[in-house]
Amino acid sequence: MTSPLLDVQNITMQFGGLKAVDSFSMQISKGQLAGLIGPNGAGKTTVFNMLTGVYQPTSGQVVFNSKSLTGLKPYQISHHGLTRTFQNIRLFKNLTVLENVLIAGHQHIKYTWWDIMTLNKSFSLEEKALNEKGKQILNIFGLYEKWNEKASSLPYGEQRKLEIVRALMTSPEMILLDEPAAGMNHSETHNLMELIAKIRKEFNLTVLLIEHDMKLVMGICENIFVLDHGVKIEEGIPSKIQSSPKVIEAYLGVDSETH
Amino acid sequence: MKTFKIPIVASLVIILIAGSVGMLANSYIQLILLFLFVNSIMGMSLNLINGYTGQFSLGHAGFIAIGAYFTSIISTSVPFPSGLGALPVAGFITIGSGLVAGLVGYFVGLPSLRLKGDYLAIVTLGFGEIIRVSLNNIPFFGGAIGISNIPSFPELNFGGFIIDRFLVALIFATFWAVTCFFFIWRLLNSSPGRGFLSVREDEIAAEAMGINTTKMKVQAFVISSFFAGVAGSLYAYFTNYVSPASFTFLMSIDAVIMVVLGGMGSMTGCLASAFFITLLPEILRSLKDYTYGIDLRMVIYSLALILIMILRPQGLFGEKEIFHHWRKNDKSTT
Ligand SMILES: Nc1ncnc2c1ncn2[C@@H]1O[C@H](COP(=O)(O)OP(=O)(O)O)[C@@H](O)[C@H]1O
Ligand SMILES: [Mg+2]
Repeated sequence: MTSPLLDVQNITMQFGGLKAVDSFSMQISKGQLAGLIGPNGAGKTTVFNMLTGVYQPTSGQVVFNSKSLTGLKPYQISHHGLTRTFQNIRLFKNLTVLENVLIAGHQHIKYTWWDIMTLNKSFSLEEKALNEKGKQILNIFGLYEKWNEKASSLPYGEQRKLEIVRALMTSPEMILLDEPAAGMNHSETHNLMELIAKIRKEFNLTVLLIEHDMKLVMGICENIFVLDHGVKIEEGIPSKIQSSPKVIEAYLGVDSETH
Repeated sequence: MKTFKIPIVASLVIILIAGSVGMLANSYIQLILLFLFVNSIMGMSLNLINGYTGQFSLGHAGFIAIGAYFTSIISTSVPFPSGLGALPVAGFITIGSGLVAGLVGYFVGLPSLRLKGDYLAIVTLGFGEIIRVSLNNIPFFGGAIGISNIPSFPELNFGGFIIDRFLVALIFATFWAVTCFFFIWRLLNSSPGRGFLSVREDEIAAEAMGINTTKMKVQAFVISSFFAGVAGSLYAYFTNYVSPASFTFLMSIDAVIMVVLGGMGSMTGCLASAFFITLLPEILRSLKDYTYGIDLRMVIYSLALILIMILRPQGLFGEKEIFHHWRKNDKSTT
Protein backbone atom coordinates (compact mmCIF):
# COMPACT_ATOMS: atom_id res chain seq x y z
CA MET A 1 0.00 0.00 0.00
CA THR A 2 1.29 3.44 -0.87
CA SER A 3 1.62 5.98 1.91
CA PRO A 4 -1.15 8.60 2.14
CA LEU A 5 -0.58 12.12 0.80
CA LEU A 6 -1.66 13.63 4.10
CA ASP A 7 -0.92 11.74 7.29
CA VAL A 8 -2.09 13.43 10.46
CA GLN A 9 -0.80 11.71 13.58
CA ASN A 10 -2.43 12.37 16.94
CA ILE A 11 -2.46 16.15 16.80
CA THR A 12 -3.66 17.99 19.90
CA MET A 13 -4.34 21.68 20.31
CA GLN A 14 -4.60 23.05 23.80
CA PHE A 15 -5.82 26.64 24.32
CA GLY A 16 -5.19 27.24 28.01
CA GLY A 17 -7.62 24.92 29.75
CA LEU A 18 -9.49 24.03 26.55
CA LYS A 19 -8.50 21.05 24.43
CA ALA A 20 -9.91 22.27 21.10
CA VAL A 21 -8.57 19.19 19.29
CA ASP A 22 -7.68 16.03 21.14
CA SER A 23 -5.29 13.51 19.60
CA PHE A 24 -6.81 13.68 16.14
CA SER A 25 -5.56 11.42 13.34
CA MET A 26 -6.51 11.06 9.70
CA GLN A 27 -5.09 9.74 6.47
CA ILE A 28 -6.03 11.06 3.06
CA SER A 29 -4.66 9.45 -0.06
CA LYS A 30 -3.81 11.26 -3.24
CA GLY A 31 -6.73 12.35 -5.38
CA GLN A 32 -9.35 11.82 -2.70
CA LEU A 33 -12.18 14.20 -1.92
CA ALA A 34 -12.63 13.99 1.82
CA GLY A 35 -14.89 15.78 4.25
CA LEU A 36 -14.38 16.94 7.81
CA ILE A 37 -17.67 17.48 9.60
CA GLY A 38 -18.92 18.13 13.07
CA PRO A 39 -21.08 20.54 15.03
CA ASN A 40 -20.12 24.17 15.60
CA GLY A 41 -17.05 24.53 17.80
CA ALA A 42 -16.01 20.91 17.28
CA GLY A 43 -12.46 21.96 16.33
CA LYS A 44 -12.58 21.66 12.53
CA THR A 45 -11.05 25.06 11.75
CA THR A 46 -8.46 24.44 14.45
CA VAL A 47 -7.42 21.28 12.59
CA PHE A 48 -6.98 23.34 9.41
CA ASN A 49 -4.96 25.91 11.31
CA MET A 50 -2.64 23.21 12.57
CA LEU A 51 -2.26 21.65 9.11
CA THR A 52 -1.31 24.99 7.56
CA GLY A 53 1.05 26.20 10.28
CA VAL A 54 -1.13 28.98 11.66
CA TYR A 55 -0.97 27.07 14.96
CA GLN A 56 1.74 24.65 16.01
CA PRO A 57 0.10 21.53 17.47
CA THR A 58 0.67 21.10 21.20
CA SER A 59 1.60 17.50 20.36
CA GLY A 60 1.48 15.12 17.43
CA GLN A 61 2.67 15.68 13.91
CA VAL A 62 1.53 16.23 10.35
CA VAL A 63 3.22 14.47 7.44
CA PHE A 64 2.54 15.68 3.91
CA ASN A 65 4.03 13.95 0.88
CA SER A 66 6.24 11.95 3.26
CA LYS A 67 7.69 15.14 4.74
CA SER A 68 7.02 16.33 8.26
CA LEU A 69 5.45 19.78 8.44
CA THR A 70 6.36 20.24 12.09
CA GLY A 71 7.85 23.66 12.80
CA LEU A 72 7.33 24.97 9.27
CA LYS A 73 5.94 28.47 8.72
CA PRO A 74 2.63 28.79 6.87
CA TYR A 75 4.32 30.08 3.71
CA GLN A 76 6.67 27.09 3.67
CA ILE A 77 3.73 24.71 3.94
CA SER A 78 2.17 26.51 0.99
CA HIS A 79 5.41 25.94 -0.94
CA HIS A 80 5.09 22.23 -0.17
CA GLY A 81 1.80 22.24 -2.09
CA LEU A 82 -0.74 22.43 0.73
CA THR A 83 -3.02 25.46 0.71
CA ARG A 84 -6.38 26.56 2.00
CA THR A 85 -9.32 28.94 2.08
CA PHE A 86 -10.71 30.63 5.17
CA GLN A 87 -14.08 30.29 6.86
CA ASN A 88 -14.12 34.02 7.67
CA ILE A 89 -13.13 35.22 4.19
CA ARG A 90 -9.63 36.65 4.10
CA LEU A 91 -9.25 38.27 0.71
CA PHE A 92 -6.88 41.16 -0.01
CA LYS A 93 -9.88 43.47 0.17
CA ASN A 94 -8.52 46.68 -1.29
CA LEU A 95 -6.84 44.98 -4.25
CA THR A 96 -8.45 43.93 -7.49
CA VAL A 97 -9.71 40.44 -8.18
CA LEU A 98 -6.76 39.79 -10.51
CA GLU A 99 -4.20 41.15 -8.05
CA ASN A 100 -5.56 38.80 -5.40
CA VAL A 101 -4.94 35.91 -7.74
CA LEU A 102 -1.52 37.04 -9.00
CA ILE A 103 -0.16 37.32 -5.46
CA ALA A 104 -0.72 33.61 -4.97
CA GLY A 105 1.53 32.95 -7.97
CA HIS A 106 4.47 34.71 -6.35
CA GLN A 107 6.17 31.55 -5.14
CA HIS A 108 6.67 30.33 -8.71
CA ILE A 109 8.10 33.59 -10.05
CA LYS A 110 11.62 33.22 -11.44
CA TYR A 111 12.47 36.71 -12.65
CA THR A 112 14.99 38.73 -10.68
CA TRP A 113 15.02 42.29 -9.37
CA TRP A 114 17.25 43.21 -12.26
CA ASP A 115 14.58 41.93 -14.68
CA ILE A 116 11.95 44.03 -12.87
CA MET A 117 13.98 47.24 -12.97
CA THR A 118 14.97 46.89 -16.62
CA LEU A 119 11.52 45.64 -17.68
CA ASN A 120 13.24 43.07 -19.87
CA LYS A 121 11.88 40.09 -21.75
CA SER A 122 11.99 37.53 -18.97
CA PHE A 123 10.00 39.94 -16.81
CA SER A 124 7.30 40.71 -19.33
CA LEU A 125 6.96 37.13 -20.57
CA GLU A 126 6.57 35.72 -17.08
CA GLU A 127 4.13 38.43 -16.02
CA LYS A 128 2.09 37.75 -19.13
CA ALA A 129 2.02 34.02 -18.49
CA LEU A 130 1.02 34.62 -14.87
CA ASN A 131 -1.79 36.97 -15.91
CA GLU A 132 -3.06 34.47 -18.44
CA LYS A 133 -3.04 31.63 -15.95
CA GLY A 134 -4.88 33.81 -13.42
CA LYS A 135 -7.52 34.85 -15.89
CA GLN A 136 -7.98 31.30 -17.04
CA ILE A 137 -8.75 30.05 -13.53
CA LEU A 138 -10.97 33.07 -12.90
CA ASN A 139 -12.86 32.08 -16.01
CA ILE A 140 -13.57 28.59 -14.69
CA PHE A 141 -15.25 30.19 -11.69
CA GLY A 142 -17.13 32.73 -13.76
CA LEU A 143 -15.13 35.63 -12.34
CA TYR A 144 -13.16 36.61 -15.44
CA GLU A 145 -15.39 39.58 -16.24
CA LYS A 146 -14.70 41.05 -12.81
CA TRP A 147 -10.91 40.82 -12.87
CA ASN A 148 -10.46 44.58 -12.49
CA GLU A 149 -12.95 45.05 -9.66
CA LYS A 150 -12.04 45.52 -6.05
CA ALA A 151 -12.26 42.21 -4.19
CA SER A 152 -14.41 43.72 -1.45
CA SER A 153 -16.99 44.85 -4.01
CA LEU A 154 -17.85 41.27 -5.00
CA PRO A 155 -20.98 39.63 -3.60
CA TYR A 156 -20.38 37.22 -0.76
CA GLY A 157 -20.64 34.04 -2.81
CA GLU A 158 -18.15 35.29 -5.36
CA GLN A 159 -15.72 36.26 -2.63
CA ARG A 160 -15.77 32.64 -1.50
CA LYS A 161 -15.11 31.52 -5.05
CA LEU A 162 -12.28 34.02 -5.41
CA GLU A 163 -10.66 32.51 -2.33
CA ILE A 164 -10.64 29.15 -4.09
CA VAL A 165 -9.23 30.67 -7.30
CA ARG A 166 -6.51 32.35 -5.30
CA ALA A 167 -5.62 29.10 -3.56
CA LEU A 168 -5.49 27.26 -6.90
CA MET A 169 -3.03 29.82 -8.19
CA THR A 170 -0.39 28.47 -5.79
CA SER A 171 -0.50 25.26 -7.90
CA PRO A 172 -1.29 23.09 -4.89
CA GLU A 173 -1.36 19.32 -4.62
CA MET A 174 -3.94 19.51 -1.91
CA ILE A 175 -6.45 22.16 -1.00
CA LEU A 176 -8.30 22.62 2.29
CA LEU A 177 -11.68 24.34 1.97
CA ASP A 178 -13.16 25.74 5.17
CA GLU A 179 -16.95 25.89 4.75
CA PRO A 180 -16.75 26.98 1.10
CA ALA A 181 -20.53 27.09 0.74
CA ALA A 182 -21.29 29.01 3.92
CA GLY A 183 -23.85 31.73 3.29
CA MET A 184 -24.73 30.46 -0.20
CA ASN A 185 -28.25 29.52 -1.24
CA HIS A 186 -29.21 26.08 -2.52
CA SER A 187 -28.44 26.55 -6.20
CA GLU A 188 -25.22 28.43 -5.53
CA THR A 189 -24.09 25.63 -3.27
CA HIS A 190 -24.96 23.02 -5.87
CA ASN A 191 -23.03 24.97 -8.52
CA LEU A 192 -20.02 25.29 -6.21
CA MET A 193 -19.92 21.57 -5.48
CA GLU A 194 -19.88 20.84 -9.20
CA LEU A 195 -17.04 23.28 -9.62
CA ILE A 196 -15.08 21.62 -6.84
CA ALA A 197 -15.52 18.24 -8.49
CA LYS A 198 -14.44 19.76 -11.79
CA ILE A 199 -11.28 21.48 -10.59
CA ARG A 200 -10.32 18.39 -8.68
CA LYS A 201 -10.17 16.47 -11.95
CA GLU A 202 -8.69 19.29 -14.00
CA PHE A 203 -5.93 20.18 -11.54
CA ASN A 204 -5.32 16.69 -10.23
CA LEU A 205 -6.16 17.83 -6.72
CA THR A 206 -6.70 16.23 -3.39
CA VAL A 207 -9.46 18.03 -1.50
CA LEU A 208 -10.45 18.16 2.14
CA LEU A 209 -13.48 20.24 2.88
CA ILE A 210 -15.16 21.31 6.07
CA GLU A 211 -18.89 21.54 5.77
CA HIS A 212 -21.67 22.18 8.16
CA ASP A 213 -24.40 20.72 6.00
CA MET A 214 -24.29 16.92 6.35
CA LYS A 215 -26.37 16.18 3.25
CA LEU A 216 -24.05 18.13 1.05
CA VAL A 217 -20.95 16.33 2.29
CA MET A 218 -22.65 12.97 1.91
CA GLY A 219 -23.33 13.82 -1.71
CA ILE A 220 -19.79 14.42 -2.89
CA CYS A 221 -17.24 13.17 -0.38
CA GLU A 222 -15.66 9.74 -0.67
CA ASN A 223 -14.38 9.63 2.86
CA ILE A 224 -15.62 11.50 5.89
CA PHE A 225 -14.16 12.33 9.31
CA VAL A 226 -16.46 13.42 12.11
CA LEU A 227 -15.27 15.59 14.95
CA ASP A 228 -17.14 16.33 18.14
CA HIS A 229 -15.68 18.31 21.02
CA GLY A 230 -12.24 17.95 19.52
CA VAL A 231 -12.42 14.17 19.34
CA LYS A 232 -12.82 12.08 16.21
CA ILE A 233 -15.96 10.05 16.77
CA GLU A 234 -16.26 8.38 13.38
CA GLU A 235 -14.67 8.00 9.96
CA GLY A 236 -15.54 6.19 6.78
CA ILE A 237 -17.67 6.24 3.65
CA PRO A 238 -20.88 8.33 3.62
CA SER A 239 -23.26 5.41 4.12
CA LYS A 240 -21.34 4.34 7.21
CA ILE A 241 -21.39 7.88 8.63
CA GLN A 242 -25.10 8.24 7.95
CA SER A 243 -25.99 5.20 9.97
CA SER A 244 -23.53 5.74 12.81
CA PRO A 245 -25.37 6.18 16.13
CA LYS A 246 -22.50 8.31 17.50
CA VAL A 247 -22.76 10.78 14.64
CA ILE A 248 -26.51 10.96 14.83
CA GLU A 249 -26.30 11.62 18.54
CA ALA A 250 -23.65 14.36 18.12
CA TYR A 251 -25.72 16.06 15.46
CA LEU A 252 -29.08 15.60 17.16
CA GLY A 253 -27.67 17.16 20.30
CA VAL A 254 -27.06 20.40 18.43
CA ASP A 255 -29.74 20.08 15.78
CA SER A 256 -31.34 23.35 16.76
CA GLU A 257 -28.03 25.09 15.97
CA THR A 258 -27.68 23.87 12.39
CA HIS A 259 -29.59 25.80 9.84
CA MET B 1 16.53 51.42 -25.16
CA LYS B 2 12.87 51.44 -24.22
CA THR B 3 13.66 50.63 -20.61
CA PHE B 4 14.91 54.06 -19.66
CA LYS B 5 12.98 56.16 -22.11
CA ILE B 6 10.25 57.38 -19.77
CA PRO B 7 12.60 58.06 -16.83
CA ILE B 8 14.95 60.04 -19.09
CA VAL B 9 12.14 62.05 -20.65
CA ALA B 10 10.68 62.69 -17.20
CA SER B 11 14.08 63.87 -15.95
CA LEU B 12 14.52 66.25 -18.86
CA VAL B 13 11.07 67.75 -18.36
CA ILE B 14 11.65 68.21 -14.64
CA ILE B 15 15.05 69.79 -15.18
CA LEU B 16 13.62 72.09 -17.82
CA ILE B 17 10.75 73.30 -15.65
CA ALA B 18 12.51 73.49 -12.29
CA GLY B 19 15.62 74.86 -13.99
CA SER B 20 13.69 77.69 -15.65
CA VAL B 21 11.94 78.60 -12.42
CA GLY B 22 15.18 78.39 -10.47
CA MET B 23 17.25 80.49 -12.85
CA LEU B 24 14.74 83.32 -12.53
CA ALA B 25 14.74 83.13 -8.73
CA ASN B 26 17.11 83.96 -5.91
CA SER B 27 19.24 81.40 -4.09
CA TYR B 28 16.68 81.11 -1.30
CA ILE B 29 13.98 79.95 -3.67
CA GLN B 30 16.49 77.72 -5.41
CA LEU B 31 17.09 75.95 -2.12
CA ILE B 32 13.35 75.47 -1.63
CA LEU B 33 13.18 73.98 -5.12
CA LEU B 34 15.92 71.53 -4.25
CA PHE B 35 14.11 70.63 -1.06
CA LEU B 36 11.07 69.63 -3.05
CA PHE B 37 13.22 66.77 -4.30
CA VAL B 38 14.63 65.85 -0.90
CA ASN B 39 11.15 65.78 0.63
CA SER B 40 9.69 63.87 -2.29
CA ILE B 41 12.28 61.12 -1.85
CA MET B 42 11.62 61.18 1.88
CA GLY B 43 7.86 60.77 1.33
CA MET B 44 8.07 58.17 -1.45
CA SER B 45 10.45 56.01 0.55
CA LEU B 46 8.31 56.11 3.69
CA ASN B 47 5.25 55.38 1.57
CA LEU B 48 6.78 52.05 0.63
CA ILE B 49 6.78 50.89 4.23
CA ASN B 50 3.83 52.82 5.73
CA GLY B 51 1.57 53.04 2.71
CA TYR B 52 2.22 49.92 0.66
CA THR B 53 3.46 47.38 3.19
CA GLY B 54 1.21 48.65 5.98
CA GLN B 55 3.89 48.81 8.69
CA PHE B 56 3.81 51.99 10.71
CA SER B 57 7.32 53.43 10.99
CA LEU B 58 7.93 56.66 12.86
CA GLY B 59 11.71 56.65 12.64
CA HIS B 60 12.38 57.90 9.14
CA ALA B 61 14.40 60.89 10.37
CA GLY B 62 16.91 58.46 11.90
CA PHE B 63 17.74 56.96 8.50
CA ILE B 64 17.83 60.37 6.86
CA ALA B 65 20.28 61.49 9.55
CA ILE B 66 22.48 58.46 8.90
CA GLY B 67 22.63 59.29 5.19
CA ALA B 68 23.24 62.97 5.84
CA TYR B 69 26.05 62.33 8.31
CA PHE B 70 27.71 59.69 6.14
CA THR B 71 27.79 62.13 3.24
CA SER B 72 29.01 64.96 5.45
CA ILE B 73 31.85 62.98 6.98
CA ILE B 74 33.08 61.46 3.72
CA SER B 75 32.71 64.66 1.68
CA THR B 76 34.63 66.73 4.21
CA SER B 77 37.43 64.18 4.53
CA VAL B 78 38.13 63.25 0.90
CA PRO B 79 39.25 65.86 -1.61
CA PHE B 80 36.11 66.81 -3.51
CA PRO B 81 36.74 67.35 -7.24
CA SER B 82 35.93 70.82 -8.52
CA GLY B 83 34.98 70.04 -12.11
CA LEU B 84 32.76 67.47 -13.77
CA GLY B 85 34.33 64.81 -11.53
CA ALA B 86 32.24 66.13 -8.64
CA LEU B 87 29.09 64.45 -9.96
CA PRO B 88 30.27 60.82 -10.01
CA VAL B 89 32.10 61.27 -6.70
CA ALA B 90 28.97 62.72 -5.11
CA GLY B 91 26.97 59.96 -6.74
CA PHE B 92 29.07 57.24 -5.15
CA ILE B 93 28.94 58.95 -1.78
CA THR B 94 25.14 59.16 -2.05
CA ILE B 95 24.96 55.47 -2.92
CA GLY B 96 27.19 54.79 0.08
CA SER B 97 24.87 56.84 2.29
CA GLY B 98 21.91 54.82 1.07
CA LEU B 99 23.73 51.53 1.62
CA VAL B 100 24.73 52.41 5.18
CA ALA B 101 21.18 53.53 5.98
CA GLY B 102 19.84 50.36 4.33
CA LEU B 103 22.20 48.19 6.37
CA VAL B 104 21.10 49.85 9.59
CA GLY B 105 17.51 49.44 8.36
CA TYR B 106 18.13 45.71 8.04
CA PHE B 107 19.34 45.35 11.61
CA VAL B 108 16.62 47.58 13.00
CA GLY B 109 13.90 46.01 10.88
CA LEU B 110 14.71 42.34 11.41
CA PRO B 111 13.76 42.26 15.10
CA SER B 112 11.27 45.12 15.23
CA LEU B 113 9.11 44.19 12.24
CA ARG B 114 7.80 41.29 14.32
CA LEU B 115 5.90 43.92 16.26
CA LYS B 116 2.52 45.07 15.13
CA GLY B 117 1.01 48.51 14.65
CA ASP B 118 1.54 50.83 17.57
CA TYR B 119 4.44 48.83 18.97
CA LEU B 120 6.43 49.11 15.77
CA ALA B 121 5.71 52.85 15.72
CA ILE B 122 7.09 53.19 19.24
CA VAL B 123 10.22 51.14 18.52
CA THR B 124 11.04 53.04 15.32
CA LEU B 125 10.35 56.34 17.07
CA GLY B 126 12.80 55.26 19.77
CA PHE B 127 15.34 54.31 17.13
CA GLY B 128 15.14 57.76 15.53
CA GLU B 129 15.69 59.40 18.90
CA ILE B 130 18.63 57.11 19.70
CA ILE B 131 20.31 58.18 16.46
CA ARG B 132 19.73 61.86 17.17
CA VAL B 133 20.89 61.66 20.78
CA SER B 134 23.96 59.68 19.76
CA LEU B 135 24.90 62.25 17.13
CA ASN B 136 24.37 64.95 19.72
CA ASN B 137 26.76 63.37 22.19
CA ILE B 138 29.55 61.80 20.17
CA PRO B 139 32.34 64.31 19.45
CA PHE B 140 33.34 62.50 16.23
CA PHE B 141 29.99 63.58 14.74
CA GLY B 142 30.48 67.17 15.83
CA GLY B 143 28.14 66.97 18.82
CA ALA B 144 25.33 69.50 18.94
CA ILE B 145 27.24 71.82 16.59
CA GLY B 146 27.19 69.27 13.81
CA ILE B 147 29.32 69.32 10.67
CA SER B 148 29.68 72.35 8.44
CA ASN B 149 31.51 73.25 5.23
CA ILE B 150 30.17 70.28 3.33
CA PRO B 151 31.21 70.95 -0.26
CA SER B 152 28.43 71.91 -2.64
CA PHE B 153 28.30 71.21 -6.35
CA PRO B 154 30.72 73.26 -8.46
CA GLU B 155 29.66 75.14 -11.54
CA LEU B 156 30.69 73.41 -14.72
CA ASN B 157 32.53 75.10 -17.52
CA PHE B 158 32.46 73.48 -20.95
CA GLY B 159 34.81 75.76 -22.87
CA GLY B 160 32.99 78.95 -21.97
CA PHE B 161 29.54 77.37 -21.75
CA ILE B 162 28.82 77.60 -18.04
CA ILE B 163 26.33 75.48 -16.14
CA ASP B 164 25.29 77.19 -12.95
CA ARG B 165 25.92 75.35 -9.67
CA PHE B 166 22.20 75.39 -8.93
CA LEU B 167 21.58 73.55 -12.20
CA VAL B 168 24.21 70.97 -11.35
CA ALA B 169 22.55 70.39 -7.99
CA LEU B 170 19.17 70.22 -9.71
CA ILE B 171 20.39 67.59 -12.16
CA PHE B 172 21.73 65.54 -9.27
CA ALA B 173 18.47 65.90 -7.32
CA THR B 174 16.37 65.02 -10.36
CA PHE B 175 18.43 61.93 -11.04
CA TRP B 176 17.80 60.60 -7.55
CA ALA B 177 14.14 61.56 -7.32
CA VAL B 178 13.42 59.94 -10.69
CA THR B 179 15.45 56.86 -9.74
CA CYS B 180 13.52 56.56 -6.48
CA PHE B 181 10.17 57.04 -8.20
CA PHE B 182 10.75 54.47 -10.94
CA PHE B 183 12.41 51.99 -8.63
CA ILE B 184 9.37 51.92 -6.36
CA TRP B 185 6.93 52.20 -9.26
CA ARG B 186 8.35 49.21 -11.12
CA LEU B 187 8.66 47.26 -7.93
CA LEU B 188 4.97 47.80 -7.18
CA ASN B 189 4.06 46.53 -10.62
CA SER B 190 5.91 43.28 -10.09
CA SER B 191 5.43 40.17 -8.02
CA PRO B 192 7.51 41.26 -4.98
CA GLY B 193 5.63 44.58 -4.95
CA ARG B 194 2.30 42.78 -4.93
CA GLY B 195 3.75 40.74 -2.08
CA PHE B 196 4.24 43.98 -0.11
CA LEU B 197 0.60 44.88 -0.70
CA SER B 198 -0.57 41.46 0.44
CA VAL B 199 1.24 41.97 3.74
CA ARG B 200 -0.66 45.19 4.27
CA GLU B 201 -3.98 43.59 3.33
CA ASP B 202 -3.87 40.36 5.34
CA GLU B 203 -0.76 38.70 6.70
CA ILE B 204 -2.37 35.36 7.51
CA ALA B 205 -3.84 35.03 4.03
CA ALA B 206 -0.56 36.15 2.46
CA GLU B 207 1.36 33.44 4.30
CA ALA B 208 -1.18 30.80 3.31
CA MET B 209 -0.61 31.84 -0.31
CA GLY B 210 3.12 31.29 0.06
CA ILE B 211 4.28 34.83 0.79
CA ASN B 212 7.14 35.02 3.30
CA THR B 213 5.73 38.03 5.09
CA THR B 214 8.77 38.61 7.31
CA LYS B 215 11.05 38.72 4.27
CA MET B 216 8.67 41.11 2.50
CA LYS B 217 8.58 43.50 5.46
CA VAL B 218 12.34 43.49 5.88
CA GLN B 219 12.87 44.05 2.15
CA ALA B 220 10.46 46.97 2.12
CA PHE B 221 12.10 48.42 5.21
CA VAL B 222 15.62 48.13 3.78
CA ILE B 223 14.65 49.76 0.47
CA SER B 224 12.81 52.47 2.36
CA SER B 225 15.87 53.07 4.54
CA PHE B 226 18.16 53.13 1.51
CA PHE B 227 16.22 55.96 -0.11
CA ALA B 228 15.92 57.75 3.24
CA GLY B 229 19.72 57.67 3.31
CA VAL B 230 19.78 59.08 -0.21
CA ALA B 231 17.44 61.89 0.86
CA GLY B 232 19.77 62.60 3.78
CA SER B 233 22.76 62.72 1.46
CA LEU B 234 21.04 65.27 -0.78
CA TYR B 235 20.07 67.24 2.32
CA ALA B 236 23.74 67.49 3.31
CA TYR B 237 24.86 68.56 -0.16
CA PHE B 238 22.16 71.21 -0.51
CA THR B 239 22.40 72.81 2.95
CA ASN B 240 26.18 72.26 3.35
CA TYR B 241 25.55 71.85 7.05
CA VAL B 242 24.09 69.11 9.24
CA SER B 243 23.33 69.04 12.94
CA PRO B 244 21.27 66.71 15.14
CA ALA B 245 18.66 69.44 15.52
CA SER B 246 17.71 68.98 11.85
CA PHE B 247 16.71 65.37 12.30
CA THR B 248 14.22 65.48 15.12
CA PHE B 249 11.13 63.42 15.35
CA LEU B 250 9.24 66.30 13.72
CA MET B 251 10.96 65.35 10.48
CA SER B 252 9.59 61.81 10.81
CA ILE B 253 6.17 63.32 11.46
CA ASP B 254 6.50 65.42 8.30
CA ALA B 255 7.21 62.26 6.34
CA VAL B 256 4.24 60.47 7.88
CA ILE B 257 1.99 63.43 7.09
CA MET B 258 3.11 63.28 3.45
CA VAL B 259 2.11 59.63 3.25
CA VAL B 260 -1.20 60.07 5.07
CA LEU B 261 -2.22 63.27 3.28
CA GLY B 262 -1.43 61.89 -0.15
CA GLY B 263 -3.19 58.63 0.50
CA MET B 264 -1.49 55.55 1.92
CA GLY B 265 -0.21 53.87 -1.20
CA SER B 266 -0.34 56.49 -3.93
CA MET B 267 2.97 57.64 -5.40
CA THR B 268 1.60 60.72 -7.08
CA GLY B 269 -0.49 61.60 -4.04
CA CYS B 270 2.66 61.38 -1.99
CA LEU B 271 4.48 63.72 -4.38
CA ALA B 272 1.63 66.22 -4.21
CA SER B 273 1.73 66.28 -0.44
CA ALA B 274 5.54 66.53 -0.50
CA PHE B 275 5.04 69.78 -2.40
CA PHE B 276 2.46 70.91 0.10
CA ILE B 277 4.66 70.11 3.11
CA THR B 278 7.68 71.85 1.54
CA LEU B 279 5.91 74.98 0.43
CA LEU B 280 3.56 75.48 3.37
CA PRO B 281 6.16 76.72 5.89
CA GLU B 282 7.51 79.11 3.26
CA ILE B 283 4.09 80.56 2.55
CA LEU B 284 3.40 80.85 6.27
CA ARG B 285 6.74 82.51 6.86
CA SER B 286 5.73 85.35 4.61
CA LEU B 287 2.44 85.63 6.50
CA LYS B 288 4.20 85.90 9.84
CA ASP B 289 3.90 89.69 9.87
CA TYR B 290 0.14 89.34 9.87
CA THR B 291 0.01 86.60 12.48
CA TYR B 292 2.05 88.50 15.10
CA GLY B 293 5.03 86.24 14.55
CA ILE B 294 3.23 83.03 15.50
CA ASP B 295 4.17 79.97 13.44
CA LEU B 296 0.89 78.59 12.18
CA ARG B 297 2.47 75.55 10.57
CA MET B 298 1.46 73.01 13.21
CA VAL B 299 -2.03 74.48 13.43
CA ILE B 300 -2.50 74.16 9.69
CA TYR B 301 -1.06 70.65 9.62
CA SER B 302 -3.48 69.57 12.29
CA LEU B 303 -6.44 71.24 10.64
CA ALA B 304 -5.54 69.85 7.23
CA LEU B 305 -5.15 66.35 8.65
CA ILE B 306 -8.40 66.51 10.60
CA LEU B 307 -10.29 67.84 7.60
CA ILE B 308 -8.87 65.21 5.28
CA MET B 309 -9.55 62.40 7.72
CA ILE B 310 -13.16 63.57 7.93
CA LEU B 311 -13.76 64.36 4.27
CA ARG B 312 -11.47 61.84 2.59
CA PRO B 313 -10.36 59.18 5.05
CA GLN B 314 -8.45 57.39 2.29
CA GLY B 315 -6.18 60.44 1.78
CA LEU B 316 -6.23 62.97 -1.03
CA PHE B 317 -5.52 60.39 -3.71
CA GLY B 318 -6.57 57.27 -1.83
CA GLU B 319 -5.04 54.26 -3.50
CA LYS B 320 -5.21 55.86 -6.92
CA GLU B 321 -2.56 57.47 -9.03
CA ILE B 322 -3.20 60.69 -10.85
CA PHE B 323 -2.88 58.85 -14.21
CA HIS B 324 -5.93 56.77 -13.37
CA HIS B 325 -8.10 59.80 -13.86
CA TRP B 326 -6.74 60.32 -17.34
CA ARG B 327 -7.61 56.86 -18.54
CA LYS B 328 -11.00 56.72 -20.14
CA ASN B 329 -12.04 53.15 -19.60
CA ASP B 330 -11.01 52.74 -16.01
CA LYS B 331 -14.00 51.03 -14.49
CA SER B 332 -12.44 50.86 -11.05
CA THR B 333 -12.65 54.60 -10.48
CA THR B 334 -15.48 55.17 -8.12
N1 LIG C 1 -7.05 30.98 19.07
C1 LIG C 1 -7.92 30.39 19.94
N2 LIG C 1 -7.81 30.61 21.27
C2 LIG C 1 -8.67 30.03 22.14
N3 LIG C 1 -9.64 29.20 21.77
C3 LIG C 1 -9.82 28.94 20.47
C4 LIG C 1 -8.97 29.52 19.47
N4 LIG C 1 -9.36 29.07 18.25
C5 LIG C 1 -10.41 28.27 18.49
N5 LIG C 1 -10.70 28.19 19.79
C6 LIG C 1 -11.74 27.37 20.41
O1 LIG C 1 -11.57 26.05 19.95
C7 LIG C 1 -12.85 25.43 19.75
C8 LIG C 1 -12.94 24.91 18.33
O2 LIG C 1 -13.05 26.01 17.44
P1 LIG C 1 -13.08 25.85 15.86
O3 LIG C 1 -11.91 25.00 15.46
O4 LIG C 1 -13.16 27.18 15.27
O5 LIG C 1 -14.43 25.07 15.65
P2 LIG C 1 -15.20 24.72 14.30
O6 LIG C 1 -14.42 25.22 13.16
O7 LIG C 1 -15.34 23.24 14.32
O8 LIG C 1 -16.54 25.38 14.41
C9 LIG C 1 -13.90 26.49 20.07
O9 LIG C 1 -14.35 26.26 21.39
C10 LIG C 1 -13.14 27.76 19.98
O10 LIG C 1 -13.68 28.73 20.84
MG1 LIG D 1 -14.87 26.63 11.74
